[in-house]
Amino acid sequence: MAESGPALHLRSYLQIAWLWIRAAWQYPTSFVLLAVGNGLITALDFVGLWIMFAHLDDLAGFTLPEVALLYGSASLALAVADTAIGSVERIGAYIRTGRLDQMMTKPVPLLVQVCADQFTLRRLGRLTQAAIVFGWACTYVDWTPSRVVVALWMLVSGGLVFFGLFVGFSCVQFWTTDATEFANAFTYGGATVTQYPLTIFPREVLVGLTFVIPVAFVNWYPCLYLLGRSDPTGMPEAFQFASPVAGVLTMAAALLVWRSGVRHYTSTGS
Amino acid sequence: MSLTRSQHEPLIDVRALERTFDVRRRVEGRRRRVRDSVLAVHDLTFTVAAGEMVGYIGPNGAGKSTTIKMLTGILVPTGGQVRVAGLDPSRDRVELARRIGVVFGQRSTLWWDLPLRDSFDLLQKMYRIPPARYRDNLDRFVDLLDLGGQLDTPVRQLSLGQRMRGDITAALLHDPEVLYLDEPTIGLDVVSKGRLREFLRALNDERGTTLLLTTHDLQDIEALCDRVIVIDHGTSVYDGPLAGLHAQGGSSRMLVVDLVDEAPPIEVPGATVRRVEGPRQWLSFPADASAAPVVAAVAASYDVADLSIQEPAIEDVIRELYSRDA
Amino acid sequence: MLHVAVATRAFRRYSTYRAATLAGIFTNSVFGIIYSYAYLALWKANPTAGGYDAQDAVTYVWLGQALLMTIALWGGGTTDDLAERVRTGDVAIDLYRPVGLVGWYLASDLGRAAYHLLTRGVGPTVIGFVVFDISLPSSPLTALAFAISLVLAVVVSFAIRFLVACTSFWLLDQSGVKVMSGAFAIFFSGMMLPLVLFPGWLGTLAQALPWASYVQVPADVWLGKHTGSDLVAALGFQVVWAVVLLAACQGVLRLATRKVVVQGG
Repeated sequence: MAESGPALHLRSYLQIAWLWIRAAWQYPTSFVLLAVGNGLITALDFVGLWIMFAHLDDLAGFTLPEVALLYGSASLALAVADTAIGSVERIGAYIRTGRLDQMMTKPVPLLVQVCADQFTLRRLGRLTQAAIVFGWACTYVDWTPSRVVVALWMLVSGGLVFFGLFVGFSCVQFWTTDATEFANAFTYGGATVTQYPLTIFPREVLVGLTFVIPVAFVNWYPCLYLLGRSDPTGMPEAFQFASPVAGVLTMAAALLVWRSGVRHYTSTGS
Repeated sequence: MSLTRSQHEPLIDVRALERTFDVRRRVEGRRRRVRDSVLAVHDLTFTVAAGEMVGYIGPNGAGKSTTIKMLTGILVPTGGQVRVAGLDPSRDRVELARRIGVVFGQRSTLWWDLPLRDSFDLLQKMYRIPPARYRDNLDRFVDLLDLGGQLDTPVRQLSLGQRMRGDITAALLHDPEVLYLDEPTIGLDVVSKGRLREFLRALNDERGTTLLLTTHDLQDIEALCDRVIVIDHGTSVYDGPLAGLHAQGGSSRMLVVDLVDEAPPIEVPGATVRRVEGPRQWLSFPADASAAPVVAAVAASYDVADLSIQEPAIEDVIRELYSRDA
Repeated sequence: MLHVAVATRAFRRYSTYRAATLAGIFTNSVFGIIYSYAYLALWKANPTAGGYDAQDAVTYVWLGQALLMTIALWGGGTTDDLAERVRTGDVAIDLYRPVGLVGWYLASDLGRAAYHLLTRGVGPTVIGFVVFDISLPSSPLTALAFAISLVLAVVVSFAIRFLVACTSFWLLDQSGVKVMSGAFAIFFSGMMLPLVLFPGWLGTLAQALPWASYVQVPADVWLGKHTGSDLVAALGFQVVWAVVLLAACQGVLRLATRKVVVQGG
């Protein structure tokens, strides 16, 4: 076979996802309403931020376009990860219904099947909104070639960090199948916390978001570089370029957790 | 594949297999639940040669699905050994998946909202079945299972029987060496059951596909399997031909006779009346004996409106088996 | 008495998901912490925004997290059962029962709300009190008024969710409408941002819509923003919406019944 592992897995993923997209299209009204509704939720979310600024000149020293850059980049990273692998959140339900067992008798890696299962484009709404906000905020950035590079790898790494958080924390369900909401605290919570300048939080929170749940690398550190600001919290400047490291490490940790989750499942059968 | 392996090595080789589960339960007078270990499967040993069709039966909770899970690599044994097609199922799960087919009873793997064909096409890609081989197999199975008219129908519009045939086709497209079927005829009407059994028979004849079938329907076993393994309380209590099971268990079948008029209890050789309700009478006869002489004898001396035969339930057969042992 | 039994059964049904409840309280608390710091930053820059002080604002955050599941802000709750029964056609049986469907599902939803209040309501409130020193109702009267306001909030939210579920009679699938409705509920309830911060006409509009009954009104009652006749007016606002929307539920159900009878589902 000419194709190597990852390329093959990606192809399997796309093949399964494509079937789910076609299945969703069988109910076009619901599909459209869901996409519009999800877009509406996120659009109104940004309106909320905008209303906040009606009462403020700046939030902890950050202007609306600057906060919009934080908001847009975090939201974009989350939307990409959520669209691509959000189904992993349902792992507990797959265990309860026996669907996971079915997947385990197929010759495609379990994680690929779980992530592609019930793939839906309804989060296109969030993706669009995030892209618009990010695009608008970008017009306020003083672009240089190095900033373009940092911005690009920020988005990719941010996606990877959320990939890792989705997979890693969903694995809790291998142990308690109905704790679905637990992962939300880290995925959606991670995207919510990073839409604000992290200086509004106590230093311990910032340290936690840097070294434990590394969502600060999704946007905060690289955005400081894009905005040409020195770090108000005095963290090493190198962090502003460290997003890819955080992305890869989170992803690797999540894959380890996934493996031990599957091992737990096959050794307990529940 | 099965030809390259040594003649002596069975396709499925289960030795002293054991599986325990930890459960927590409440105990009177204790605040915390205590951990308890339950033996779901223990000391289970059997082998299946390539090309065999084996019925794997037992009451609910006897350990059937735990065994199947260990054979497919979904569950790791806590003791003993299991090898399928020369592989260790839990270690080589993905590799084994290419060589086995699994149909989990009522749970369909087909795409509910899409035509049957789409599900099959995806499987071709997942299993990387060569296109020519895929076309041949699909044509053959669709023809045998009479699914031709349904290939472009969304699965949700198919009947239960059609869906089951679709699921079985889906499990066979990649030419598995062994097919695990869990309750394939449950909920199907008599015609669909018959057609499905014919198909499985033909599959075994033509391709030598090994079949391991769990079922509650003894007629499935009768029509398909030369051999049954009965499991109860996690271990094999019988392994041999079905007739032997009946003989050993001393179980009986029931002939239900609807007479034209009410009559005193029927007297024919080889059968005893168990119940009379108006014109209807129930006659029991040994399950390993043929029904034909009994039917002929009844028809010869009485005016019969209708006749039917009730098979013994698996639970009854196994209960008999135990009460005899005890 | 039948309705009490229905409510009790719903309470029990929801109480079987213990791990889910704990996970939910954890998640609500994480969001409570995030929003608390965001609001503290806002009120530090503008200490009188919306007529709240910083402690009011943080209290508001935790009340919102406590109410989120109790009022089923995102939609769902027991009305999901109705939508499912419409989808499967089982609802035809329900429509011929001598018990009113609206009353039946309302009782069931109140049972659900009671469970969520005791777990996912009390949990975040306690954490908010311990970690952020949120304010408590200043008098027994305020506490009583809050309790009434809370029940009314559940009833208004139920009526809207019931109407959403009823769309399945025509669309077969409520999920699209449910997401749309959830989006409005999040924004106009004051969950996302207190309605008192909404500027000009948007603020006036938001305060007049039924969703204001979900979070803004109960929170203001808790915070003691309404006293005397103002308090009566606030609760009256919820009562009016509850009555109007429940009447709408009955009307829609009558239309749906006619549809089921004429077209056989």
